[in-house]
Amino acid sequence: MLIRCFATLLVLFCLALASNVPARADALDSALARFAADKFPESEKAVGELAASGAPTAQKILEALSDNRLYFDPSSHRIYFKDVNGALFDARTGDKASAPSLKKVRVNNGLRSAIDAALGSMTLAAPDPDKRIAAAEAVFKSRDVKALANVEAALARENDPRAAEALRQARAAIQLSSPEASEADRLAAIAVLKARGDQDAQSMLDAAAQKEQAGPVRTAAQAALSAIQFRLALWSGAQNLWYGLSLSSVLLLAAIGLAITFGVMGVINMAHGEMVMLGAYTVFVVQSVLPPSLSEWSLAISLPLAFLVAGFVGVLIERLVIQFLYGRPLETLLATWGVSLILQQAVRTAFGANNRQVSAPHFMSGGATVGGLEITTGRLWIICLAAIVFVALQLVLRLTPFGLRMRAVTQNRRMASAMGISVGLIDMLAFALGSGIAGIAGVALSQIDNVSPNLGQGYIIDSFMVVVLGGVGNLWGTLLGALTLGIANKLLEPFAGAVLGKIALLVFIILFIQKRPRGLFALKGRAVEA
Amino acid sequence: MIAARLFARLDRLGAAFILVLLAAAFVVPVLALALPRQSPLFIPPYVVALLGKYLCYAMLALALDLVWGYCGILSLGHGAFFALGGYAMGMYLMRQIGARGVYANPLLPDFMVFLNWHSLPVAWWGFNFFPYAMMMVMLAPGVLAFAFGWFAFRSRVNGVYLSIITQAMTYALKLAFFRNDFGFGGNNGLTDFKDILGIPLQTDATRAGFFSLSALFLILAFLVAKAIVSSKYGKALIAVRDAESRIRFLGYRVENYKLFVFVVSAVIAGIAGALYVPQVGIINPSEFDPANSIEAVIWVAVGGRGTLVGAALGAALVNFAKTYFTGALPEYWLFALGALFVLTTLFLPRGLLGLVLSRREKPAAPPPALKAIEPQPGAAE
Repeated sequence: MLIRCFATLLVLFCLALASNVPARADALDSALARFAADKFPESEKAVGELAASGAPTAQKILEALSDNRLYFDPSSHRIYFKDVNGALFDARTGDKASAPSLKKVRVNNGLRSAIDAALGSMTLAAPDPDKRIAAAEAVFKSRDVKALANVEAALARENDPRAAEALRQARAAIQLSSPEASEADRLAAIAVLKARGDQDAQSMLDAAAQKEQAGPVRTAAQAALSAIQFRLALWSGAQNLWYGLSLSSVLLLAAIGLAITFGVMGVINMAHGEMVMLGAYTVFVVQSVLPPSLSEWSLAISLPLAFLVAGFVGVLIERLVIQFLYGRPLETLLATWGVSLILQQAVRTAFGANNRQVSAPHFMSGGATVGGLEITTGRLWIICLAAIVFVALQLVLRLTPFGLRMRAVTQNRRMASAMGISVGLIDMLAFALGSGIAGIAGVALSQIDNVSPNLGQGYIIDSFMVVVLGGVGNLWGTLLGALTLGIANKLLEPFAGAVLGKIALLVFIILFIQKRPRGLFALKGRAVEA
Repeated sequence: MIAARLFARLDRLGAAFILVLLAAAFVVPVLALALPRQSPLFIPPYVVALLGKYLCYAMLALALDLVWGYCGILSLGHGAFFALGGYAMGMYLMRQIGARGVYANPLLPDFMVFLNWHSLPVAWWGFNFFPYAMMMVMLAPGVLAFAFGWFAFRSRVNGVYLSIITQAMTYALKLAFFRNDFGFGGNNGLTDFKDILGIPLQTDATRAGFFSLSALFLILAFLVAKAIVSSKYGKALIAVRDAESRIRFLGYRVENYKLFVFVVSAVIAGIAGALYVPQVGIINPSEFDPANSIEAVIWVAVGGRGTLVGAALGAALVNFAKTYFTGALPEYWLFALGALFVLTTLFLPRGLLGLVLSRREKPAAPPPALKAIEPQPGAAE
């Protein structure tokens, strides 16, 4: 025990030196010379010097020593070590070497403790602050009492605030779990862990609160525990809210085009999902045609293209099929279902049934952590896109002559027609607009879902639900519907599971339309009465 | 007495339909079982099973025609009623396996042993009694249809909204049945059936028997449907289809009319499902897929809605085409089915049978009821 304390002190002393003095070759030399003496006290000193030297081979030498793989040549006093495979290296240079007659450097348990402490503190003393933080984090997880002294030492000379915080947390973790720590230390440790406030801290405090006898420490631990639990619950709620927001934005993009065509023409476009799918395939085609130098721009190019492609297909459907079915909404539903089957099979024939790889541009990959929230950049962009599309659509509807006419037709088709609005033309343009927005939704979905011929099918029923919930009176209904469904879906998931949550929502909607058969924002007036 | 009144109401088309089915019910088993294999008139067992399947589909189409063709309720969820009936039958057949399953558990079906369950869930109680199972075949879809319809029709959900909601209903059921802990076999469904009422299922005689049974039940369903639509009540149904608001203003309780016919239709669909399951040997949650229900709608549309006979014919025709296409040109089946949807709605609004009938009665104007299917312009639905 005395030796160990002595060794630790020595190591600390050397560490203190090392923090100011850069790695020196002579420290390595002197340490190696001590090993060659093959006496325990000398070896202990050597271990400390080696740890302080910062030499690139130091770690390997120490590991070799603790594993009985360190040798010295009694004649030349040079030191060698073998790696785990038995290959021999020169300890000074780290190069491969060969030597005829070698003797092992002897190790005892006291020496081993010194080696372990030295190894631990070497990473705690690493020049890179990130490495120091990682080392402190490892100590935090291991809660090894033997590392306490090293942690204290490292803390004393730490000047990076983040690393210092990590070290303080490591110290707190050790103190809280060690029975030797004083009550004051333990109370301080609880405060530090409470400030850290994550799952690890929670489990440590939980363990402490159960282990402690009744007293101020236990009370403090319990208080800290409930504070952390509350905070974690808040963060996980916020995280679910974020997921819900992300889902809502996708639903909004997919449903808003549907709401427009349903509002203006009173028909449900069952092929709407396939317009989304076409938009996603547009991204795939653009990315495979574009030279690699422009790949960062692929999504920017795809957005207008997807709008045009899907919008054009929409015009074709409207001109070739839907306009002949005017006034027969149920037949329109069937015919567009047929169109959706044809489009799915056409894409399957053209591109194959497998998922297509679509890459994300650099600026959309990655993510950030805000407090306890994990936010992926791709999802953030999709939320922005949904917001932009929503605002742009509102502006088009409110400020342009086309928007005015569209609203007029939505409110009262026959009256609008009597006032000289070309209803057929508005139908066609509205259908093109709705389909085009579906194409834009496809560009967004290509970033978070598999691009396959079935892409649209996965979203179509949810989009219908958004429209049913929101009503077709105005786009705010669609927004509210998408937000309600998206957020409710993600908030229900932790309690009920993904599938049960979805079933619950479907049942909720079926019951909801009892109260409001035309959705949240229904058109008022005679137009709604059949 | 009742039968006499029913037959008195049959037109020539309906009578011919029944006669053909009756003849098939007796002739097909004879041709399949009594003739030697080399005979040109011999019907191989797989064809018998296929024909039996078509008959079940025809029954589903008939049920759908009853609500869509006569009451204007376009249900995109009738596959759910069909599947529920099928599950009820499947549960009976599962219990009949008894200790002959892989795990040889006399009480629990294999999948429950596999999931480490120790007792039979309440929903499965009683399904080893044939009469109870057959009651559930009708009760399960009937009660669902009643609950759903009671809510939907009372609050005047109609038209496209109703279609979407029925689709959501079958989608929700599909999700539920896919779950293992829902207790109905998860995504594998129910299969490996051995026998029904002690009669082994995998023999040619049983197949032929099921074919005849399906034909007889189709006749029965047709008679019930015909009785409904040709009664005074049926006239009111057609009026609801053509001008719902008007008939409500005249003092009829529209929701009650709709609810009754919806429940009857669901029960017929459930029986069709129950006859279907022993013939194909499996029932799984994919039967709840919304696409299946929409496909059933196109059978009705192709055959001619509002004709009952046409719906049954359409189901057989489209499914024959499907069997042919998926065997010979699998790539093109979806193209053909999609085109069928588009072309039928565009050019054959009354279906094939409607086309034939209107040819024959050329000089006369089309029946006013059918002409008025197309609502007046401005009817925002």
